[in-house]
Amino acid sequence: MAKHTLSVLVENKPGVLARVAGLFSRRGFNIDSLAVGPTEVDDISRMTIVVDAEAQPLEQVTKQLNKLLSVLKIVELEPGAAVERELQMVKVAATGQTRSELIEIADVFRSKVVDVDVDSITIEATGSPEKLAAMVRLLEPYGIRELVRSGMIAVGRGGKSITEGRSLRLEKTA
Amino acid sequence: MEITGAQAVIKSLEAEGVDVVFGHPGGAILPAYDPIVDSPIRHILARHEQGAGHMAEGYAHATGRVGVAMATSGPGGTNLVTALADAHMDSIPIVAITGQVPTGAVGGDAFQEADITGITMPVTKHNEMVTDPGRIAGAIKEAFHIAATGRPGPVLIDLPKDVLNARFDYAPATQLNLPGYKPTVRGHQKMVREAAREILSARQPVIYAGGGIIKAGAADELRRLAELAGLPVVTTLMARGAFPDSHPLHLGMPGMHGHWTAVTAMQRSDLLIALGARFDDRVTGSLAHFAPGARVIHVDVDPAEIGKNRAVDVPIVGDCKVVIAQIIEAMEALVAAGEVEKGDISAWSSTVTGWRDEHPIRWVQESDGPLKPQTVVTAIGEKLAGKGIVVTGVGQHQMWASQLIRYERPRSWINSGGLGTMGFCLPAAIGAKVGRPDDLVVAIDGDGSFQMTLQELATARTEQVPIIICVINNGALGMVRQWQELFYDRRFSQIDLGFDAPDLVKLADAYGFPGFRCERPEDVESTLDKAFAVGDAPVLVDFRVDPEEKVFPMVPAGGSNDDIFETVDDWYARAAAAQAAPGGAGEPGGAGALPDSMREGNVV
Repeated sequence: MAKHTLSVLVENKPGVLARVAGLFSRRGFNIDSLAVGPTEVDDISRMTIVVDAEAQPLEQVTKQLNKLLSVLKIVELEPGAAVERELQMVKVAATGQTRSELIEIADVFRSKVVDVDVDSITIEATGSPEKLAAMVRLLEPYGIRELVRSGMIAVGRGGKSITEGRSLRLEKTA
Repeated sequence: MEITGAQAVIKSLEAEGVDVVFGHPGGAILPAYDPIVDSPIRHILARHEQGAGHMAEGYAHATGRVGVAMATSGPGGTNLVTALADAHMDSIPIVAITGQVPTGAVGGDAFQEADITGITMPVTKHNEMVTDPGRIAGAIKEAFHIAATGRPGPVLIDLPKDVLNARFDYAPATQLNLPGYKPTVRGHQKMVREAAREILSARQPVIYAGGGIIKAGAADELRRLAELAGLPVVTTLMARGAFPDSHPLHLGMPGMHGHWTAVTAMQRSDLLIALGARFDDRVTGSLAHFAPGARVIHVDVDPAEIGKNRAVDVPIVGDCKVVIAQIIEAMEALVAAGEVEKGDISAWSSTVTGWRDEHPIRWVQESDGPLKPQTVVTAIGEKLAGKGIVVTGVGQHQMWASQLIRYERPRSWINSGGLGTMGFCLPAAIGAKVGRPDDLVVAIDGDGSFQMTLQELATARTEQVPIIICVINNGALGMVRQWQELFYDRRFSQIDLGFDAPDLVKLADAYGFPGFRCERPEDVESTLDKAFAVGDAPVLVDFRVDPEEKVFPMVPAGGSNDDIFETVDDWYARAAAAQAAPGGAGEPGGAGALPDSMREGNVV
């Protein structure tokens, strides 16, 4: 099985997330990660869904997804042709001795310390899933108290926009 | 004009041309039942919401128009779920209107609250809870459009009670606002030409016609295509009547209990022309062994059906009526231009049509033996003589009614194909008769299936819906019994319904209409004469038939369509031969081995 990244444009209406997520589980797919948020167009949200699947069943689930009325467009982003990023925050146990080492690690990964307490430090990092995993490996010996990831978002490389080129009704009607 | 949300609902239904609503009132939907009093819309009071749902389906299937079912919140909605799932599987256009607890109470586990949009998400084409009265007209207009276009299906509109009660400034809906919904109608011209080329050069083609032909109103186009190139046609369980059974090119029904000729012609074809069909497991049997030498043209309005089960050589997304006409045009153009020489299929045609005479559906009716269900169903078919509408439940009787009655026109056969909903027959027959009052409607049901929705006898009686109900009564869950006999060594478990409870003739009497009983072959005709003569009231006939009888031909579930058993004798002969062969039946792959699909534990 291989990981596939789908960008799904949906109408921003109640229940859309349930419809999309429900369809995946109904057709026997596990979602690795899912991130939703607004786009440059009012009333249209974008979901980035990472799913583990063979090509043929993925095509079937994509076609079924396309049949949902709230789904406006689906684009599969090829890893080489897209920028993929995820946000991660890690709360790590810290002492007077280890704090500076932890700050050093954060620097190496070009990440930021966003919170410090007497016995902990919280590091915010963005990057590819591989980079974030590498950072976690280095932080583990210090004792990770909490780890939270946003789910991956991705955008195609180059000037083309996925909201263009289809008779999407992107403008709000008066 | 200021009106209530409830009035807007009924006005919107009237605007869609709705003439009848099947439903059952209750607390949350109460406001919508008030304007019904003054509306020209006829309301049929079902005795259970599932009945109302199947009535709407029967109405839609018989007329081609959208059927409407109405129910209250909570259990009203959940009782509709089976009918919605049934309509979803068989692509029947219905709109369900449900009441809901007031918006302020939603999510609070209020009395008779159920998350019906959540519950029905997987079994509707679309659903919506309307939270603003100004949205009612638009939501209903869109619901009818979605239900009826593209691949038809059920749509549910959920209406909280405060939205129904709200007074607001009503304006009828004039526009559809569905940016994410654009069904493809015309086929891609390049693929259409490719299909035409394939059809013209095929040597052993078969048209595999599905329910999409009926939904698209494409029966005339199908006939033109078949006749243009002399193409043999099979019609699936959902497509019976899409091509006349009396037509010389018709090979019958494919599938698990299909006609031997239809099943075998598909197996040996070099080109399958699938039109509005979905390669269902009941048609294909084992996919790995299905029509191994065939290239496939697949025309379907639903892109997700194409390539779902079987790889396709020529995919065409579009409406069957339009695409078949395009293919015919392309074929004529190719022939006129001399670009393609038409393959000679006369040898194939005469072979497969010859099979039809050699391989009829077989059963034995002894004149002094028990009444065979096939005898009854055949007699009903002869009585109808190609006219009227047959509606069935699910089980053995359904298969016999599909195999043994000749269907000559679309919408003359109504059944629950995909979901296989026992209890479908009676309410669907009521809906069909309400939609087409001038046509004879015969409900052929099994005694098991019948008992799942027989409360609707009251609806038939009080709404004066004169249907002819023929219960093929074998005192058992016949299809389950058949599988227990064939696959579980006759260890019968929980299939005995008995003949005494209820006494169907007394039941008819209790509901206030005539009931007859028929137990002997020589009485079938005269009993049917009496039943058909009633005319102005429902009538029920209790045909007491032989419970030993089994539906054949049969391809065991999951088996190859090459392993089709024409009769029960073939089945037991094969099993006995396997037992007697060296190594016995026990060794898979041995000389006498049975196909895996015949073995216990391999039932799919």
